[in-house]
Amino acid sequence: MSDYILQLENISKFFGPVIALSGVTLRLKKGEVHCLLGDNGAGKSTLIKTLAGVHLPDKGQYLIDGTEVRLRSPRDALDAGVATVYQDLALVPLMSVARNFFMGREPIRHLLGLVPVMDHPTAERIAVEKLSEMGIRVRDAGQMVGTMSGGEKQCLAIARAIYFGARVLILDEPTAALGVKQSANVLKLIVKARARGISVIFITHNANHAYPVGDSFTLLNRGQSMGTYAKADISKEALLDMMAGGAEMKTLMEDLEGVTI
Amino acid sequence: MVSANLSGTSANLPGDERMREVGSVRKLLARPEFGAMAGTLLVVAIFVMAAGDSGMFSAEGTVNWGTVAAFLGIIAVGAALLMIAGEFDLSVGSMIGFAGMMVAIPILEWGWAPSLAVVFAFACAMALGWLNGWLVIKTGLPSFIVTLAFFFILRGLSLAVAVMLTGKTILSSNGDVVLREAMLVDPVVSALFMGHVFTDLFDTLSAAGWMAARDDGTALAIGVPKVVVWWLLLTAVGAFVLARTRAGNWILSVGGDANAAKNVGIPVARVKIGLFMFTAFCATLFAVLQVADAGSAAADRGLQKEFEAIIAAVIGGCLLTGGYGSVIGAAFGALIFGMVQIGIGYTSIDNNWYRVFLGVMLLIAVLFNNFIRRRYAMGKQ
Repeated sequence: MSDYILQLENISKFFGPVIALSGVTLRLKKGEVHCLLGDNGAGKSTLIKTLAGVHLPDKGQYLIDGTEVRLRSPRDALDAGVATVYQDLALVPLMSVARNFFMGREPIRHLLGLVPVMDHPTAERIAVEKLSEMGIRVRDAGQMVGTMSGGEKQCLAIARAIYFGARVLILDEPTAALGVKQSANVLKLIVKARARGISVIFITHNANHAYPVGDSFTLLNRGQSMGTYAKADISKEALLDMMAGGAEMKTLMEDLEGVTI
Repeated sequence: MVSANLSGTSANLPGDERMREVGSVRKLLARPEFGAMAGTLLVVAIFVMAAGDSGMFSAEGTVNWGTVAAFLGIIAVGAALLMIAGEFDLSVGSMIGFAGMMVAIPILEWGWAPSLAVVFAFACAMALGWLNGWLVIKTGLPSFIVTLAFFFILRGLSLAVAVMLTGKTILSSNGDVVLREAMLVDPVVSALFMGHVFTDLFDTLSAAGWMAARDDGTALAIGVPKVVVWWLLLTAVGAFVLARTRAGNWILSVGGDANAAKNVGIPVARVKIGLFMFTAFCATLFAVLQVADAGSAAADRGLQKEFEAIIAAVIGGCLLTGGYGSVIGAAFGALIFGMVQIGIGYTSIDNNWYRVFLGVMLLIAVLFNNFIRRRYAMGKQ
């Protein structure tokens, strides 16, 4: 039995002449938070979409629980327990919390034993319950999602993915649009998910967010992996340095005299 | 039951100082159909004052404007659900003319049984509805453009096909075959689409002196026209589907954010194409009832009905961009329409003001609905 719940081995993906990914290897251990770091255009999005079943890799292997898989749709990935929370969160602002929580997977009961209807009481109860487990208090499950804060929406999307049986949670820049406090809440949520035995791939370009929660780190640059490091093997400074591409950052620092990070 | 469950859960949680209790009045205000309901009350009040003693609100007057509202209300159900799913259909009016032809031509020219002709008309129209939806999905063009094309294509087809096959654009008979009589003797068609219900009840009421009677003792208002029954039935089904079923949740999500819906595995194309077909179904139902009522089909039937249906849906609280709205609201929108259109005749106001009134009504409704939605549903100032 493999130690890894999910593996990408030497994955390449081409879009016409563009090499989006070139021989990338990413191995996710069970119950770890694996941070995927990289600047814009590094190939993070293509990698996520490959993991999520949107793209089939052109070269290389995709393994789940040590067995090679070929995911043809996001549905296949979900069925395998791989859930992706995209930046747009797949939430509809003008719909209620409960309706959003069960969007596409509505609980059904039968009216008079015949007519299948959406089980609103159950949906509302579970949505409130699962959100409160995540530390989000919703008094009224009929409240529109559009009235929630960015952090609450992120939590709703994550709680939903976990409730529907995600074993692997892929979070696409969950802290990118959030303030300091809300980012901290999302980071806490990631730790909570790990405590429940869920493996997390946390995509970000913010090393300050990645370092406190991550167990291992993979750096992506221009479609190639720059290596995977366990937390013990790399300091936050080194991580930052590698992400920014060391030399480039040094030049920038010289240009912006007196600025330190 | 819901609240019992919820309070059971929240009893274990610390209070949130940032939440305040929302009263039932605010909850009513947050409903999408609130604007249309308030508007209906307003319009009733206006006409009671302006034409209260003219017989507008007597049984026969009510049947009068109720029938107009019912015809529009039928297509407003389709328009509202489609609009909530984020699309709209400008070909509804032309579809009414075309479907009417598809009922009349087989009966008069090909000697079909009327019930078969009705099934044929429904099949043709729903196939066209499917084509509308399929083109919108496949091309990614706005439904405005695709259905605008069918607005012209179907109107032109109704005229061209009618003239090609019969040499006429208004069909009511062909030799010995008279459309009205043929439909009347068809048991299925006459039972479903012709005549009135509650006729006996109306007669009893007028015999008791509760309603105006004719010289022979029967009620002046014959009964409730079947079109009204269809309207109420369709509205009830539409509202139920939207509020209570899985399909309703799909319609809301597809219109609210098609990409999000796709990402959670909702078959966006199927939902939208299905609703285009349902809109065509509603247009055909309108056409069949109208042909049965008028005893004729004409190529220019249903003119501007697409706009009236959209207006009814918008007055009813549907958001033009989708994801929000109400079938019950659309029914109230249609009711406002019927009352204004017929009610003006009962007042001393010149009929030409009808459209002015309608336009102003639409504008006020949209502004009011926008305000209500922002203020109460979304909790913004």
